[in-house]
Amino acid sequence: MKSLEFGIWVFMLAAFLGFELIKRVSPLLHTPLMSLTNAISAIAVVGAILITGAEHASTLSRVLGFIAVVASTTNVVSGYLITDRMLRMFKKREPVKK
Amino acid sequence: MIETILPALYILAAIGFILAIKWMSSPETARRGVYAGEIGMLLAVVGTLLRFEVVNYQWIFIAFFIGSAVGVPLAYLMPMTAVPQRTALSHAFGALASALIGTAEYYRETPHGFVMVALILETLLGFLTFTASLMAFGKLQEVLPTRPITFKGQNIVNLGILGAAVVLGIILIISPESTYLFPIFMSLALIFGVLLIVPIGGADMPTVIALLNSYAGLSASAMGFALDNKLLIIAGALDGSSGFILAVIMCKAMNRSFSNVLFGAFGTLQTTVGGKGDARPVRSASPEDAAEILGAARSVIIIPGYGMAVAQAQHKLREMFDVLTKRGVNVRFAIHPVAGRMPGHMNVLLAEADVPYDKLIEMEEINPEFPICDVALIIGANDVVNPAAKNDKNSPIAGMPILNAYEAHTVMVIKRSMSPGFAGIDNELYYMDKTLMLFGDAKTFVTGIVKELGAGRH
Repeated sequence: MKSLEFGIWVFMLAAFLGFELIKRVSPLLHTPLMSLTNAISAIAVVGAILITGAEHASTLSRVLGFIAVVASTTNVVSGYLITDRMLRMFKKREPVKK
Repeated sequence: MIETILPALYILAAIGFILAIKWMSSPETARRGVYAGEIGMLLAVVGTLLRFEVVNYQWIFIAFFIGSAVGVPLAYLMPMTAVPQRTALSHAFGALASALIGTAEYYRETPHGFVMVALILETLLGFLTFTASLMAFGKLQEVLPTRPITFKGQNIVNLGILGAAVVLGIILIISPESTYLFPIFMSLALIFGVLLIVPIGGADMPTVIALLNSYAGLSASAMGFALDNKLLIIAGALDGSSGFILAVIMCKAMNRSFSNVLFGAFGTLQTTVGGKGDARPVRSASPEDAAEILGAARSVIIIPGYGMAVAQAQHKLREMFDVLTKRGVNVRFAIHPVAGRMPGHMNVLLAEADVPYDKLIEMEEINPEFPICDVALIIGANDVVNPAAKNDKNSPIAGMPILNAYEAHTVMVIKRSMSPGFAGIDNELYYMDKTLMLFGDAKTFVTGIVKELGAGRH
């Protein structure tokens, strides 16, 4: 039960921190923000690895874990890459004036 | 050995994620944020691979390979106009992963007590977000009809299915051994996800995508509770709160509530309002006229909407921006929070077309500028500039904050025809004396204007 209580503390603090940080994100970057947080929550890959790589996993959990690793790896890879691709497009350029 | 440094790796990963979001606050630091997130992810994954419970690497690496093989093209080949679809798809993947992990955990451990509560939450949110996101993807990709589909008693059916899933979930929490109930629980969650999106129309997609983002995050967080992993709890909470805030911002920008977005089936019932105004006179103009007015203006505010994305007019628009700026015209873009199909959609498209981001101005900042601007050029937007939101208390969009384009000296609207916009509401703006309707395809029309502006210089 101790671990549960601790977990709830962590969740609460992280959620509040999230609120404070995200409120400050410029609306300009809301699309890249969404793809970034999506990539971050693909940390689920950690759970998927534990399921797939366990020593005596049943076929069922091996298969489910395998699909989960594929899905979350896709999110990690494409999430970070496309966020960076989008951010590279945001340029501050003084337009040429005549 | 690894077990002693593993907590340190996870803590560092959490710091990386928090910094990643912190640095997203400004375009100058945002790319640094991506690196911080990547490093965090790398530490967490390497640390996990080295854990002693993980002995079977073969399948993990095959999965890494497949995931990367799918992910890289998904990131680099997707056109920017398809970013909302890609986002919906990635929510589906994320939700699927956490739902399947929850399912595997259930059949492996048959946990009791609080872990089972977390597991049920994880799988419920995971499965419903999975199908809901796939549906959203289908609608955005226009594989499925984009208009809201409604039937009688829809909300009762939907809530009934959700209610049944929740009841089964509670039974499973009380007696986790009733394994035969789990597939039923799972199917109900999957069906509810589909039904949830059926009545949602295109204009509500920004809110719904943000909400699904939040659900996917919360599902990951619940997984953190089930696996007793603090890093998952933190990352999921960050994603969950991010999606939630964006959804709130979108709702505020439409002056609607969550329940109204989810159960209101916007845009189906108001057709009667639009049908009346078809015989009213409007003033229309040619690209030549438009170019002349724009060339003579001192300040121009362009208001892009989803129509710009559909017509792929953003690159031509940037050419027009360049020509006008060269002539000394102050050209800016006014971005409504719900313009497009996801939060920030217009900004990404215009940034891709090389419009400097300091010319992309938020609604609150640009609204005071309209009375002193010569031309407001509306391209592919409708409801976000409809004065009915302010003047007509009975309008379906009453109270929605709008861009005050009607205050500009001249208003120009590029539009295919006089058909009403998504919400099916007639727009008073089109009939004003100072309004010029520019009928035609947005891209072709802007091309025409650019050509005229270029010709006029000689």
